[in-house]
Amino acid sequence: MSAAAVPAPDPAPDDVVLEARGVEVEFVTRTGHAARALDGVDLSVRRGEVLAIVGESGSGKTTLARTLMGLERPTRGEVVFGGAPLDYSFRGLKAYRSRVQMVLQDAAGSLNPRQTVYESVAEGIRLHRRDRSDEQGRSEAELVAAALAESGLRPPERLFLRYPHELSGGQKQRVLIAGALALRPEVLLADEPVSSLDASIRGEILALLLRFRQELGMGVAVVTHDLGLAWNIADRIAVMYLGRVVECGTTEEVLTAPRHPYTQALLSVVPEIEQLEPVVLTGEVPDPSRIPSGCRFHPRCPKLADGTADRAGVAGDCVGTPLPVLPATGDHRAACHLA
Amino acid sequence: MSAVPETALSERTEPLLDLRDVTVTYRTSEGPLPAVRGVNLTVAPGQVVGLAGESGCGKSTLVSTVLRLQPSGAKVEGEVLVLGQDVQTVGWGALRALRWAEASIVFQGALHSLNPVQRIGAQIAEPITVHEPDLGDAAVQRRVEELLEQVGLPGARKRAYPHQLSGGQRQRVMIAMALACRPQLIVADEPTTALDVMVQAQILDLLRDLVRDLGVGLLIISHDLSVLADVCDRVLVMYAGRVVESGTAAQAFTDPLHPYTAALSGAFPRIGDPAARYAPAGLAGDPPDPRELPPGCSFAPRCPRAVDRCTEAEPPLLEVAPGRPVACIRVGEP
Amino acid sequence: MSASTPALTPRQVTRRRRADAVRRSWASFRSHRSGLFGLALLTFFLLVALLAPLLADGEGLEVTKATGGVLESPGSGGYVLGTDENGRSIVTLLIWGSRISLFVGLLATVISMVIGTLVGLMSGFFEGWPARILYRVTEWFLVIPFIPLAIVLATVLGRSLINIVIVIGITGWASTAMLIRSQTLSIKERPYVERARVLGAGRWHQMSRHVLPNVMPMVFANTTLTVALAILAETTLSFLGLGDPTRVSWGSMLEDAFDVGAMTTGAWWYIVPPGVCVVLVVLAFTLVGQALEEIFNPRLRGR
Repeated sequence: MSAAAVPAPDPAPDDVVLEARGVEVEFVTRTGHAARALDGVDLSVRRGEVLAIVGESGSGKTTLARTLMGLERPTRGEVVFGGAPLDYSFRGLKAYRSRVQMVLQDAAGSLNPRQTVYESVAEGIRLHRRDRSDEQGRSEAELVAAALAESGLRPPERLFLRYPHELSGGQKQRVLIAGALALRPEVLLADEPVSSLDASIRGEILALLLRFRQELGMGVAVVTHDLGLAWNIADRIAVMYLGRVVECGTTEEVLTAPRHPYTQALLSVVPEIEQLEPVVLTGEVPDPSRIPSGCRFHPRCPKLADGTADRAGVAGDCVGTPLPVLPATGDHRAACHLA
Repeated sequence: MSAVPETALSERTEPLLDLRDVTVTYRTSEGPLPAVRGVNLTVAPGQVVGLAGESGCGKSTLVSTVLRLQPSGAKVEGEVLVLGQDVQTVGWGALRALRWAEASIVFQGALHSLNPVQRIGAQIAEPITVHEPDLGDAAVQRRVEELLEQVGLPGARKRAYPHQLSGGQRQRVMIAMALACRPQLIVADEPTTALDVMVQAQILDLLRDLVRDLGVGLLIISHDLSVLADVCDRVLVMYAGRVVESGTAAQAFTDPLHPYTAALSGAFPRIGDPAARYAPAGLAGDPPDPRELPPGCSFAPRCPRAVDRCTEAEPPLLEVAPGRPVACIRVGEP
Repeated sequence: MSASTPALTPRQVTRRRRADAVRRSWASFRSHRSGLFGLALLTFFLLVALLAPLLADGEGLEVTKATGGVLESPGSGGYVLGTDENGRSIVTLLIWGSRISLFVGLLATVISMVIGTLVGLMSGFFEGWPARILYRVTEWFLVIPFIPLAIVLATVLGRSLINIVIVIGITGWASTAMLIRSQTLSIKERPYVERARVLGAGRWHQMSRHVLPNVMPMVFANTTLTVALAILAETTLSFLGLGDPTRVSWGSMLEDAFDVGAMTTGAWWYIVPPGVCVVLVVLAFTLVGQALEEIFNPRLRGR
């Protein structure tokens, strides 16, 4: 039902496998404005660690995962894997993608409706000729079976000929995970891996991600809007707001002693019975083509609105002084003039 | 609030919604498909009732019977009483009057339920002009603006098209539409699915305020027990077409008696609870195919507490404590 | 993982999957009554065309060897559907005419489908100026009126069977290309194409493994509809006297009938049968095409 409750060993900084360094991604909107989906992000994914990238829609968390995967090219800054900047040539990306894999957001749509489970899982194996390089000399079919079994689909052979529409939501997600796992990646990125799944299925999929980190030493980065999920499986958390990481640290630090007013507000609205006084922020994440001046959170910040910032003497900074990009160190930090 | 209908505040003896032993069976090419099996449920004025369950458990089918919106291939047994009238047997005229004016639905998926080429003001005005044809144009427009303000949008937004609104704003428009004819019962199908946590909190706040200010009855359907626990007075949990447990929201969420409710509750951990760290809770397997329900308790194949007895007969929904019906033979056993 | 050694090799898996897919499509086709009717009709005409030498003596087409009288009415002299102005049996003309009509229709369709699919895929899948140029060319062909262009082309190229095929093929591909392009545009945005990218697939792989297989059913369904149009086009061109003068087709029969004034003299047996044949074949292809479209396009399929 659940993975053994073994916390990860404290990862040393040199365990960093995948890094974003000052990554900026700009889009040109239909009206011709430049919208900055990512506005300077430093972030590192370590071996044998689950990192949760948390934020609302519009925070840039999905863009960040796609940039880490090489699906978007940073306008400024770079993605660094194994100490070397990402090579965006076709060969470079192909080699990269055999070592870093991603499970996309929409499980139902990510499987080709005309391909069987077998073909979907075998696709990566074929692209990278994994059956030729397998140390145990396993055939393609054996590799597919092994990946499905490891993803919790047993017996795998029974599913080989199924089409996506014959699978449940949980099974589809497992097939996608199996497809990524078959390549034995060093880092697995998962974009909202359980948001479209039924509540009772959720735990099993999350337990699977935990197992990969523990048994295969994989680095896992989970993009989610769900703080409960982060509490369930993440070792570290990066909270994003409007294209920047506004708070990062270990899960315990960020979720039990949040420093950024945004994180505090997010935590307070997690529906629960005996809860904190909910701080419901008004409005929504602003348009990335109009990033507010000073602290990007200031128009919605409850600490500025209730005068806490004023009393601390930073209200002027909140409105006028931009904050630096949070460095990707292991410590608990928050991008806030009050912190 | 100026929009409070007098009847909503007066004492009502009968519940707004009273489902009595409702069973819905779909006729399919592969044989009958029992989607809902004998559900009882009531909603009183000013009460918020939650219906929790996963996709395919029959909750959306059940809701569709409230306004007789079920597909034509569905056979409905039992009684569906809205303000004392059996929706399934009343004539068309009475049904039309009932829809919107007495009871309305906030449909799932606000983006797809709004007409993309019509201004939202016109869409909100539509049910009003249908039900109150004598109302003048200016009065209708005033009412539309009032409704928008009631759901926390500026009245001038009536000129916007759906694509110009964010997901949360669209959901607000859907709620404004549901309120348009001052109904006494509102049914909200997954009102916060696909919304961000912060927007979800805003919408839940709005629904809470509406119930308090207007005294309407609200039935909320959701797969997320924690959302229901947050806003509801009572919660019913459905599995494979049946209610398996009901109780107050706090009871269902923090003190679940049925193992399935426990799993739903455990899926959304309390942050800060050390027991949930590195221990995501879930169930093995998938919900059963309604055509091939397992023998005995439908939940037994996935149940961590199942014993041989569980597969012998479908456990009845028995009141194990005052106001706590549970369909599990192992309640109270160690 | 020795316990999970599968009993199937990948090739067996693929073969079984294909057999399954064919079986499923056929099962769902069988539930379309109109589609089945179209298929039966189509089979009938194809058999007639293929077996023409056995059904009617080819010598019956030669004017010099005609044995009947001029425009004999049906039944007289053993001619079931009467004779034409040269004394040839209408039945013989119909049977041999079906060959030309179907041949031209099918071949022209193949040409326009190949061009249309290639251009549609390319202009939909790729971005940048080559794709934009392809799209402009497609639009250009789409707005040129068919008849004047066909007349000009047929005049320039000369009146022969193969030229008629080329004319119809070249004028007909644009609508196919537009359809394929719009399908391609929608399919290339599907998450499974992106998933293939994530797995390390290049453009060629994405296009051949994901976009094309999902576009093909539409191509297939569209083909049958295009055949119907091509046969109509052949009939039109032949009726206008632009067909191959040495061959008999349903269109040329209609032209001859018109020329000798069959309309005014009441020789309906010369006009109605080729007309009915054209309508039936077009109907058959359309019915089959609609059924296929419904099977392959899940949006049209009621659950």
